[in-house]
Amino acid sequence: METILEILSELHPGTDFTGATGLIEDGVLTSLEITTLITEIGARLDVQIPAEEILPENFDSVEAIWAMVERLDDV
Amino acid sequence: MSVSSLSFLIFAACTLLVYWFCPRRWRWVVLLVASLLFYAAGDAWYLPFVALTVLSTWAMSLWIQTRAAKDEAALAELKSHATKDQRKAFKAQRKRKRCRILVAGLVLNFGLLAVLKYTGFAVHTANDVMGWMGLSPLRVPSLILPLGISFYTFRSTAYLIDVYRGQVKAQPNLARYALFITFFPAVVQGPICRYNELAPSLFGEHTLSWSDSAAGLARMLWGFFKKVVVADTAMVAVKAMVAGADHLRGMYTVLLILVYSAVIYGDFTGGMDISLGLSRMMGIRLTENFDHPFASTSCQSYWNRWHITMGAWFTDYVFYPLSVSGPMQKLSRWGRQHMGQAVGMRLPVYLATLLTWFLTGLWHGAAWNFIVWGLLNGVLILISNECKPLYRAFHTRFPGVEGRRWFHDVCAVRTFLLMGLIRSLDCYRNVPVTFSAWGSMLTCWSSWKDLWDGTVWDNLGLPVATWVFLGVAVLLLFMVGRVNIRAQERGGSPLLERLPARPALWAALCAGLILVVLVCGSYGVGFDASDFIYGKV
Repeated sequence: METILEILSELHPGTDFTGATGLIEDGVLTSLEITTLITEIGARLDVQIPAEEILPENFDSVEAIWAMVERLDDV
Repeated sequence: MSVSSLSFLIFAACTLLVYWFCPRRWRWVVLLVASLLFYAAGDAWYLPFVALTVLSTWAMSLWIQTRAAKDEAALAELKSHATKDQRKAFKAQRKRKRCRILVAGLVLNFGLLAVLKYTGFAVHTANDVMGWMGLSPLRVPSLILPLGISFYTFRSTAYLIDVYRGQVKAQPNLARYALFITFFPAVVQGPICRYNELAPSLFGEHTLSWSDSAAGLARMLWGFFKKVVVADTAMVAVKAMVAGADHLRGMYTVLLILVYSAVIYGDFTGGMDISLGLSRMMGIRLTENFDHPFASTSCQSYWNRWHITMGAWFTDYVFYPLSVSGPMQKLSRWGRQHMGQAVGMRLPVYLATLLTWFLTGLWHGAAWNFIVWGLLNGVLILISNECKPLYRAFHTRFPGVEGRRWFHDVCAVRTFLLMGLIRSLDCYRNVPVTFSAWGSMLTCWSSWKDLWDGTVWDNLGLPVATWVFLGVAVLLLFMVGRVNIRAQERGGSPLLERLPARPALWAALCAGLILVVLVCGSYGVGFDASDFIYGKV
């Protein structure tokens, strides 16, 4: 979870993403930033996120992103 | 059959009558028959091509879904005795097999689109190269181009991919699936609806309601107003400026950017209003395709508001799969190792963005001006993305500016002009001519005198009275747009949605729109009864 927060802070310096929601619904993350986030998760956590997981419900909050990463890391 | 033609209106009226008189559970069959008739009216030879797309994607989606169910059952069985790595390998192997079916379906349908739409362009381009080399040109084949092939190919491939991803349950009824692909209000120029969004409405058993019928009719008439009064009128001037591109420069290029913005807006959103309005009269809700695009304050925001379903298609089925793919992630790792973290992080995003916009341009038209148009949009979006630290620094330095209405309007005007500038590639249809026209805005200052001495009216082929009329029409569009944006900000409904609650006002507006459209249509300026611009995609 800390890694996710770290990456999001690099994308939006000065923003505290702890407990943040509405990342997609409120347009906080653009499609370019989502892709960068996925690339960084792959590089730092070694979890590959396929395109079919790029759904609003999987990226709308830090908790949702982390839940998706944990699920994909486990079969 | 153009959707703004009299024959289409008669066809739509007859379809509506039969639709509402038919028992509810068979209404979708009426729509299917109407859609196939509409399609065949264009050219009966279109039917085999759309049939091939319908049959292939329907069959392959069912095949993929059946395999997925079997693979899921087999994986569940493995859980009790296989290791995590073994389960991962099994899942990946089975997924690869389903992927081969998907790829076969995509290759078949995109291949068909590529051959029918782009062979001529490929041969022309090859002939240009061969001409430079002193070789004889190849014969350019004349191939049939089925109506709306770009749109129905996108709709069907999106469906196939969504079934593969497990996001959509495959439709077992071939006839229902055929209706989803060929639904006539949306086949020529979209919107590119997703199956899960459209199916419940398309196959639902609707009751004839005053609000749907009234709102739908008002929206159709508003669409005709935009198309016939605004777009078709202004197109006369655009054509004059393009035809005289060698001498109508400088100020005329600025005018072209402004006037063509009105043309493309009126033509495309007008067409959407007609499609969505007609569907609404049947109780069917198509996906909205525009959200006040000229109010956008950035290029990225513009593409979230203009031709929304096309943008979403390219994002979901090209940009994301490409940018998160294995090869791109490998490239990112290579970039990190050899060129630093900043480059490695950007490589997948940049390459995917440029390729996506290259394809977006190509989808719009088989010509170099469209490709350059697409790439310029991609470059602008990337530049805007890179400038974010600058914007943050600016707003930190001047904290009160961001929330101000004037700042918002300045950004909207800037975005409008930038998008209009790039869009002029669509007018001139020639990249060097367009770039030359852009350059003339900075050099051809003498052209501005035509505004003061009245020469401009003669050069543009429209009398002053028509310009005044056009100005009033554009102002009306602007004012209605502002009212709708304010309503949206307050969580309310657009103007046309609220009209059915006031029948007298609704009747007056409809009568007024019919009168204006009829008068303008017979205004005698010699408008082209041309098809919608996007109907040529």
